Amino acid sequence: MLLISCPWCGDRSEEEFSCGGEAHIVRPVTPQDMDDQAWGDYVFMRRNEKGVHFERWRHGNGCGRWFNVARSTVTHEILAIYQVGDDRPEVPE
Amino acid sequence: MTGPRHQPLAHLALAAAREAPRPDAGVTLRALPYQPSIILRGESGDAAFVKAFRAGLGFDLPLAPNHVSSHDEITALWLGPSEWLILGDVGPVAPAGQGRLARALAGRHHAIISQGDGRQIIAVSGPRARDVLGKLCPLDLESPDLAPGHCARSILARCGILLHPQPGGAYHLHVARSFADYAWRVLAEAGLEFGVAIASGD
Repeated sequence: MLLISCPWCGDRSEEEFSCGGEAHIVRPVTPQDMDDQAWGDYVFMRRNEKGVHFERWRHGNGCGRWFNVARSTVTHEILAIYQVGDDRPEVPE
Repeated sequence: MTGPRHQPLAHLALAAAREAPRPDAGVTLRALPYQPSIILRGESGDAAFVKAFRAGLGFDLPLAPNHVSSHDEITALWLGPSEWLILGDVGPVAPAGQGRLARALAGRHHAIISQGDGRQIIAVSGPRARDVLGKLCPLDLESPDLAPGHCARSILARCGILLHPQPGGAYHLHVARSFADYAWRVLAEAGLEFGVAIASGD
């Protein structure tokens, strides 16, 4: 069980949160100019990091807000928590 | 506002199950009667919105996370940085603009959403109230962040709740009416080992 520090509510149990998958995926500005390969990559292809993974979480049974988490997929350790829209923080590998 | 068509827990016949006060009961459950409520949406950082709320209801909207403020039979509970539950009668919600809150906020970016009879409040009290909730809810109930004057949304077993600590070690649990039966039964079962009393709804 993870203890996740919601930027608004503080430390709460993982049970109150849901993970929204990889963060920092930007919707293409001109999808009409993309071929099927590029569109398929945007929709389906995700990193499968062994190490630091930047992902979105939502405090659904809490304040309802989305935020970003940098988490080690090896140790499950949460390395950074930051706002949606912020750049990836520097975190130790 | 009018009351609900029927209480969410009417089928449990709690009035008939009501007991004389039991000194041995560790926890007392009470289904509170209908209370008007709305959800207010607006931006915490919008000073004009915050000021207009104060002008309308005479007290400050709680801006700090998980805080509660109240005044004159109206209680405002922080649910999120742009969301509050307002308990009490703030006047008609529809048609728009009739109630005192709607009038105060007119022209400002906001939303007032009537909750109708969509909620049930279950009061959990008694010396073992915290122990019963501790079995079902992942919140740190001993934290000063959950003293009276605070509130928190969380889960109770598999059901979303709003927890509102009361003076004297009691708690008010807000649940959606469709979950009221589940929440009541799971509380009654979790309390068995401490002894459960059912109190009047008034």
